Amino acid sequence: MQFWEVKGILEAEVLWEPVDLQLEIEIAQAADLMSDVLSQSMGGELLLTGLVNSQVIRTAEMVDIKAIAFVHGKRPDEKTIELARIKGIPLLTTRLFLFEACARLAMRGLTGSSGTIW
Amino acid sequence: MQGKALEWAYEIEGKDFRNAGKVSSKVKEILKELGFDPAFVRGVAIASYEAEMNVVCHAEKGTLHFAILPEALKIVVEDQGPGIPDIALAMQEGYSTAPAEIREMGFGAGMGLPNMKKNTDELNIASTVGKGTVVEMVIRPPLPRE
Repeated sequence: MQFWEVKGILEAEVLWEPVDLQLEIEIAQAADLMSDVLSQSMGGELLLTGLVNSQVIRTAEMVDIKAIAFVHGKRPDEKTIELARIKGIPLLTTRLFLFEACARLAMRGLTGSSGTIW
Repeated sequence: MQGKALEWAYEIEGKDFRNAGKVSSKVKEILKELGFDPAFVRGVAIASYEAEMNVVCHAEKGTLHFAILPEALKIVVEDQGPGIPDIALAMQEGYSTAPAEIREMGFGAGMGLPNMKKNTDELNIASTVGKGTVVEMVIRPPLPRE
């Protein structure tokens, strides 16, 4: 699905929009532990997380995360958003909790890094 | 990559969480610009970042040496810090000595060293308690397609 569909499903606010307005999101990962993202990510995911520090952007940069959605209505500070701009990683923030955000995306067909859910 | 070695060295500050990752970002940019395979670049970046975060989280300061050799890429990270008393224990998944402030940042799950091993062809660690640690990683790029 496209980045803009993700935005709609999560009723999210865009903090930094993608350079590629047709950006496709095919898989997702949810984690608050960046150690898990570094060891489990396949690359190319939408990352859903409740962490908002600059290490989320750095971790995303290293593993080639396509976009990040912050949950629980959390917002990173301006310096962290600026880092995402520099690295070209689009950002969303949604008021939904992590489970609900994941469930909505899964019901609309997004899968996890392993490619299967059901 | 015909016999010519390219080398870089970058300083890493302990506890400087705002800038943590900058060095590995540079390593990644260099490899991307040189046209290395994206999956290879990603693995190197992950290993480099794990090593850099270990310095930021545990040491006073350190240096990351990065060299592109004719047949492999070598990263050596040396730090001045507490050292690792039991390297075999530190290599076990889930073992961590990271304090709460580091866990709150999403690190310290005890996956750093195992993840470095997973993303490298060779991983050597030498450490002296009370002085510091040297981590050497060798990563061989995939053979170029003819």
